[in-house]
Amino acid sequence: MIYWHLFLAFFIPNIIGYGGGPAIIPLIEAEVVGRYGWMSGQEFAETLALGNSLPSPIATKMAGQVGFEVAGIGGAVAAVLATVVPSLLLMLGALGVLYRYRNSPRVKRMSQWVRPVIAVMMVWLAWSFFSEGVDSAGILHTGVIGTSAAIALLCFRVHPAFVVAGAVIYGGLFLG
Amino acid sequence: MMSATQPALFWSFLRIGLLGFGGGPAMIPLIRAEVVTRHGWVDDEEFADILAIGNTLPGPIATKIPGYIGYRVGGITGCANAVLAIILPMILAMILLLGLLDHYRDVDWIHGMGQGVIPVVMIMMAQLAWDFWHKSRLSLGAMTTMVMMIVSGSFIYWLGIHPGLVVGALLAAALLRPTASGKGVS
Repeated sequence: MIYWHLFLAFFIPNIIGYGGGPAIIPLIEAEVVGRYGWMSGQEFAETLALGNSLPSPIATKMAGQVGFEVAGIGGAVAAVLATVVPSLLLMLGALGVLYRYRNSPRVKRMSQWVRPVIAVMMVWLAWSFFSEGVDSAGILHTGVIGTSAAIALLCFRVHPAFVVAGAVIYGGLFLG
Repeated sequence: MMSATQPALFWSFLRIGLLGFGGGPAMIPLIRAEVVTRHGWVDDEEFADILAIGNTLPGPIATKIPGYIGYRVGGITGCANAVLAIILPMILAMILLLGLLDHYRDVDWIHGMGQGVIPVVMIMMAQLAWDFWHKSRLSLGAMTTMVMMIVSGSFIYWLGIHPGLVVGALLAAALLRPTASGKGVS
């Protein structure tokens, strides 16, 4: 049963996963943290931080890691299959039809119309991480790490892996 | 259509998976470099079509393209081979690293390490939210985007409607409503 829930929790975000790769992050959070409660906000933040620091797609890393944590190897397999197989089968099976629609304005519109919703969910997720950070580490540390991360990521285009590494070291030293 | 040996497929997509930072879209040039330039499994034009087709579908682009190309040059095994090569190493790395973090969570400084990342992902999410707002402002305009954000936000967070339903409804509307221009495939 748990495999079916895991399959669904990763099938739904991915089957409606338009608007660009990161668009599924809030959708997965809504399932894994919000609906099923398999993970706390803290653990999801760690998964996201590490996921954004490592190569290869975020969707499959999250699926594999969450699936494994919830139900071991079988869980990881169910979650990864739910992420990869449906859209791949569609591509293999419906190539001719898709080929005709590849430049259709309708398809472009799908990504466009979904972006506002995803933007709202990302704002909400940013806010929930902010309050999580304030609750656990306090406003001061959250401010220090947050501002320096923002400066590093946005102004100096530092690679996320280094920013996360910096925050991890800071956390190890001051938040222990 | 060229055919490829399984080892060649494996090593190519393993390399892509290990070098492909920045998520799916950032990996496309790497995939193209292997599949078109290095091995010539598909030519440029075909790769552009495959990419366009891949973008009509939901889900991660960086598993659809390898899976499809793996299938065309290596059959079913080629398909599984290419996809596993690109995703498996980092899934194992995630499971290992987060497993370690979880196992030693009660040690103070390790617990502190986990706390340290929260403000960083907060910024990452805020940055993504800004990117999505900016892209939407360019395509739909600021007013429409703002209204859609407020309406969908209240549906999800105030009325508690499942986000999948809200997104699904929007996708259906975008697909079914006849295009204003009416030309092309409508």
